[in-house]
Amino acid sequence: MAAKKTSKKSNVSADELLAYYRDMLLIRRFEEKAGQLYGMGLIGGFCHLYIGQEAVVVGLESATKEGDKRITSYRDHGHMLACGMDPNGVMAELTGREGGYSKGKGGSMHMFSKEKHFYGGHGIVGAQVPLGAGLAFSDKYKGNDNVTFAYFGDGAANQGQIYETFNMAALWDLPVIFVIENNQYAMGTSQARSTSTPDLYTRGEAFGIKGEIVDGMDVLAVKEASEKAVAHCRAGKGPYVLEVKTYRYRGHSMSDPAKYRTRDEVQKMRDERDPIEQVRDMLLTGKHATEDDLKAIDKEIKGVVNESAEFAKESPEPDLSELWTDIYTDA
Amino acid sequence: MATELLMPALSPTMEEGTLAKWLVKEGDEVKSGDILAEIETDKATMEFEAVDEGIVGKILIAEGTEGVKVNTPIAVIGEEGEDMSTASAAPAAEEAPAAAAAAVPATAAAPVDFAPSDKSPDWPEGTEMKSMTVREALNEAMAEEMTRDEDVFLMGEEVGEYQGAYKISQGLLDKFGDKRVVDTPITEHGFAGIATGAAFGGLRPIVEFMTFNFAMQAIDQIINSAAKTLYMSGGQMGAPMVFRGPNGAAARVGAQHSQCYAAWYAQIPGLKVVMPYTAADAKGLMKTAIRDNNPVIFLENEILYGKSFDVPVMDDFTIPFGKARVAVEGDDVTIVSFGIGMTYAMEAAEKLAEEGISAEVIDLRTLRPIDYATVLESVQKTNRCITVEEGFPVGSIGNHIGATIMQEAFDYLDAPVINCAGKDVPMPYAANLERHALITTEEVIAAVKQVTYR
Repeated sequence: MAAKKTSKKSNVSADELLAYYRDMLLIRRFEEKAGQLYGMGLIGGFCHLYIGQEAVVVGLESATKEGDKRITSYRDHGHMLACGMDPNGVMAELTGREGGYSKGKGGSMHMFSKEKHFYGGHGIVGAQVPLGAGLAFSDKYKGNDNVTFAYFGDGAANQGQIYETFNMAALWDLPVIFVIENNQYAMGTSQARSTSTPDLYTRGEAFGIKGEIVDGMDVLAVKEASEKAVAHCRAGKGPYVLEVKTYRYRGHSMSDPAKYRTRDEVQKMRDERDPIEQVRDMLLTGKHATEDDLKAIDKEIKGVVNESAEFAKESPEPDLSELWTDIYTDA
Repeated sequence: MATELLMPALSPTMEEGTLAKWLVKEGDEVKSGDILAEIETDKATMEFEAVDEGIVGKILIAEGTEGVKVNTPIAVIGEEGEDMSTASAAPAAEEAPAAAAAAVPATAAAPVDFAPSDKSPDWPEGTEMKSMTVREALNEAMAEEMTRDEDVFLMGEEVGEYQGAYKISQGLLDKFGDKRVVDTPITEHGFAGIATGAAFGGLRPIVEFMTFNFAMQAIDQIINSAAKTLYMSGGQMGAPMVFRGPNGAAARVGAQHSQCYAAWYAQIPGLKVVMPYTAADAKGLMKTAIRDNNPVIFLENEILYGKSFDVPVMDDFTIPFGKARVAVEGDDVTIVSFGIGMTYAMEAAEKLAEEGISAEVIDLRTLRPIDYATVLESVQKTNRCITVEEGFPVGSIGNHIGATIMQEAFDYLDAPVINCAGKDVPMPYAANLERHALITTEEVIAAVKQVTYR
């Protein structure tokens, strides 16, 4: 992977660095736990883990303010945790329980939080992109300076509706950041086998949308790119494309036999480029934290995750009457 | 503490699998991400990774074992120096609560509302009426609602400067400006998605499809995004919006421009579906649709656009969804129709009356929700029913009405329900073939005679 624009000199405080460490670790441990619960049969259906990609959402979220919106695909647990949604509610949705964000009716791929401006959680590849531009349309219509992050993968980048959306977003100067999370595999098809040109960040150029490539394993590089893109959108200059190069350690979903890449490739990425280890090194070498400090964070995160798993097991299944609610609303 | 490793579920459908191969042995140290074993699922051979670090204590299931049930302990992992000889040291895996399927009510059909029908008039007696085309009625409804609510906007191809491909939006750009009357590129999938996102964001979009044929490009956004989000979000957010435009056959435009989508959309929970016939219904139902907090499919018809009807002159005239209109009262047979199907139904009723057959004509007006009560009450009176629609015959609205009558009013029927529908062919271009591909009034009359044994 070509690591572009790594930014070790970014102006970042020890507190911020510690916060990124904590946020990324929460996602990693949460996803590992979700994998375990899936193995135990407590989570059903499809479950797409975010392990390896943590720096993307944590870096991007660092530049947001209240009112900003986000929307993504079915690999969505990381986005929800990064925007502050409650791990208990997310895990209980994974187990299909009453305490889940959608009362157990959405599942891993379809979760939402009005309060945190998280608009899903969408199971149809690419469909969230026009929806994200629509959220930005609503903010522009109302005349505020909110921005929307519309996340999609390298696989979705080949869906036609993305380019229909690029065209209208540019035409109407919509405040939307198109975040291409390029983890290099669309399910089991590598980017080289699916995509005619390697640089996805240039995909907006035909529509006059600025694009940038970012090292998605480096949370500080992502943060810096996010700040730039957010400033562009808030200033009313229209949409922005960020291609964030990342890597997913786990399979596409839990039932991925992983025959399309070698274990060495995965291991090399984990050993050399792990986003959490990078921040850990920075914290220790910069003497911003001691091993003991980090152990305390690890322990705290483990507690949060274990509690979410307990909550997700204890929360009852939704009442059968829920079958017939939320189909229509009068409100 | 020693923990048991359990046989994992590695696919949505896996219940048991083969423990094909152990890649570690007792006493090995493992860390997160190491492959412990290869497991054959119902779909593929999968690598089973360690999640925590530790020492492999005891291997409980030998490699090569087939039919290992999910959640069976297969090994024990613990810390160095720990006694891991007993598998029972770790707490047994918790069973997922048994599915409560047994408690689901036995009836497979969705609940049908059989409260007595709403017989209130659509407007007070003595209201001043004025003649208006369906086109003018739709235009007036949108203008009134856009004046009433700033969050309502219209988006679509040629809705603004061109003044509407069928002139439904004529004058709206001048009245409301280009912020609220938005011309889009020719990109149905994209703008249907953008409008749905705008509805999630709190606006109330009206999306015009130049015709509903082109909405097939956008149907994923309509169904998967607009219709299902309220349910998938547990009621947190939905899409208060209207998708509207001409639907069904026009005249001589061939197979790709001549399809009725009534039955398609009426099948989807989460959508409301409207298909008016008269100008008064077009106006009153459009205003209700724009105010509704759910996604509404509003199916218009090009041939009806220029047809004039009396419309009440009122400050705020709306018609509720789920209330059919008895267009003609009669005793001998019930004719159920909607949209342009009503032209055949009305013409047939008139001709039948000349022959002494008294037909009751019901205009459903909304197809989701459907006013079952009005239909069933009428069938209980006439004991015979035919349905009339221009759409394809298989899986039609008429099929559904017929099935409902059979289920709920079987004993009242003196003849089987007959569905008059478009023919089961793509729409031909040739004038004579097209005429026969649609319904004819003669077919409606013949069906009535068949069920009345005349």
